[in-house]
Amino acid sequence: MTASFSWRRVGGPLAAILALSVVLTILQASGLAFWQGLFVNLGIFLILVLSLNLSNGFTGVFSLGHIGFMALGAYASAVLTLPLREKGDYLPNLPGWLAGVHFDFYLGPFPSGFLAATLIAAVFVSLIALLVGLVLMRLSGHFVAVATLGFLVIVRVVLFNADNFTRGSRTFSNVTPYTNLWWVWAWALLVLYIVWRIKRSSFGRAMLAQREDRWAAQSIGIAVMPPRLLAFVISAFFTAVAGSLYAHFITSFSPTVFYFDLTFRVITMLVVGGMGSVSGSVIGVILVVGLAELLRRIEDATLLYGISQIILAMIFIFIIVFRREGLLGQREIALDRWFERR
Amino acid sequence: MNLVYYALQQLINALSIGSLYALMAVGLAMVFGILRLINFAHGDLMMIAAYFAAFALFANLPLPLAIGIMIVGTILVGLIMERVAYRPIRGAPDVAALLTSFAVGQILQNGTLLITRLLQKPSPLAFPVIGILSGVFAFGPITVPRVNVVSLIAGIVLLVLLSLFVTRSNLGLSMRAAAEDLHAAQLMGIDINRVIATAFAIGSGLAAVAALLYAVQAGQLTPYMGFTPVLKAFIAAVIGGFGTIAGAVVGGYALGALEVFLTAIPGIGDILPPGLVSPEVQTFLKTWLPGSLTSYRDAFVFVALILMLLFRPGGIVGRREREEMQ
Repeated sequence: MTASFSWRRVGGPLAAILALSVVLTILQASGLAFWQGLFVNLGIFLILVLSLNLSNGFTGVFSLGHIGFMALGAYASAVLTLPLREKGDYLPNLPGWLAGVHFDFYLGPFPSGFLAATLIAAVFVSLIALLVGLVLMRLSGHFVAVATLGFLVIVRVVLFNADNFTRGSRTFSNVTPYTNLWWVWAWALLVLYIVWRIKRSSFGRAMLAQREDRWAAQSIGIAVMPPRLLAFVISAFFTAVAGSLYAHFITSFSPTVFYFDLTFRVITMLVVGGMGSVSGSVIGVILVVGLAELLRRIEDATLLYGISQIILAMIFIFIIVFRREGLLGQREIALDRWFERR
Repeated sequence: MNLVYYALQQLINALSIGSLYALMAVGLAMVFGILRLINFAHGDLMMIAAYFAAFALFANLPLPLAIGIMIVGTILVGLIMERVAYRPIRGAPDVAALLTSFAVGQILQNGTLLITRLLQKPSPLAFPVIGILSGVFAFGPITVPRVNVVSLIAGIVLLVLLSLFVTRSNLGLSMRAAAEDLHAAQLMGIDINRVIATAFAIGSGLAAVAALLYAVQAGQLTPYMGFTPVLKAFIAAVIGGFGTIAGAVVGGYALGALEVFLTAIPGIGDILPPGLVSPEVQTFLKTWLPGSLTSYRDAFVFVALILMLLFRPGGIVGRREREEMQ
């Protein structure tokens, strides 16, 4: 089956990309630091939620450990791009093969070193995810959730104690601020496209099938492990990319950032949008990031610190009680169908 | 000879930490046994209990009254939590229920943060010193902090009372029936809501006692202090055999022993008396089990959890329930 190329199908996505480019160009030119920062955050969260949806939503194997992958991606890429002088000052005990590494190459104006560092970090994290996944993807339900939470704790303990690589509990700072709107949204669109394609591929259908009923799926020859593992590794890859983008945006961070609060924030976005729905993830991210920003302002104005988390958690419980599938459930807003003849 | 004292001291440490874990794990296990809900907000319940105790003691109330207020207050919070958040989602998929408990935990944490801020208390909050729980007992050459001895005794007494309750009383029997098969128990005319509320109440009360002992040892309180204990309690419950009270108790003491072992063994090369082992063995121990390994303890504990989930999901005392795990 070869789908013939049709402008009607490509029209919707192209229009969306065009609109996004216009918005980003205006934002970039405007110099409004707040809105630029908000859009960078939106993009990074979008990558995180889409990746999490790929593993948790599509395969139903609920991971609470993804922020550990993000942390590893952030640290790995930051170590690679850290200028040599800072490296000597901050990380004097780095092993020789890493101490002399500095990914600062450019292709014209394009910082290809950042891209390379991000990719290397993501591949490194995927290998770890493969090892972890081989062991943990055999569990399901809440047991896999708690085992992956254990992975998050293990990553945190290691980051705190591996002083030679991470400076331990001290802040890792002076990371080159490569990340900007274009980097984030280029990656976000790529992840969006790939996750969307996976959902409609045979592998994606296998993921959904074994989630719905593993015995029925197995009885018609769909194995359980390969789709679960594939989803877990790909999603760890992109989560690490988000970590790298985050590290080069925030420029200084410590292991405490990558822990349970962030995990819960990302899961809220996923559940609000609807697990298993790609467009739901987009909506969940926009709603929760927007709402959190609004609530943060209320919090600053009223000095009632903690109220924003309370309200977000209550909304979360409401969604689970009254609309368990999230806003979109399994449905999609299919951009490529917009201009089709009805 | 020093080594014997050292071992004895570690044994008492293991039993006292184990008592705290067992008290926490029992609450998790009772709720899980009946509802298949991993209630992560159990740790935050413990945090709330510690704050209740601290505020009661700040108000200069006598210790027994303060403990009473703490236990009753925590049980109330536990019952409200069950009624408002968990009853509406009964029968929801595992993960939805688990996530709800995280959200409940967030509400308890941030609610505590909000209230302590409004009362202009610092965070972390220093826990008031309790005279009879501070200081040490000296048994000959062995000195043990008093709070450890009290934890050990409190743990054993409360757990014995609990086992009497679940084996001898009607309500306790209904609780075990509900854990065996919720639906069948309901058909037999057992009031499920009452049984579940009882499980939450007992779990909250035990968590409150554990909280007091934990807070005395930690010396300070933060709204986020419940996270690590609940993780440990969960690990304890899984190691022992999840969903059964006996499993939670066995697991609690097993985890206490494991943790003390993981703390005591690294660095053992430095304290062994000379001549006990050959110099080669001593050098080997110093190289491969350095004292710095202690800071990885929590990582090793989680590795133990994952191994347990994979190879003996039923736990030490439990039945094998592989099907359910996969």
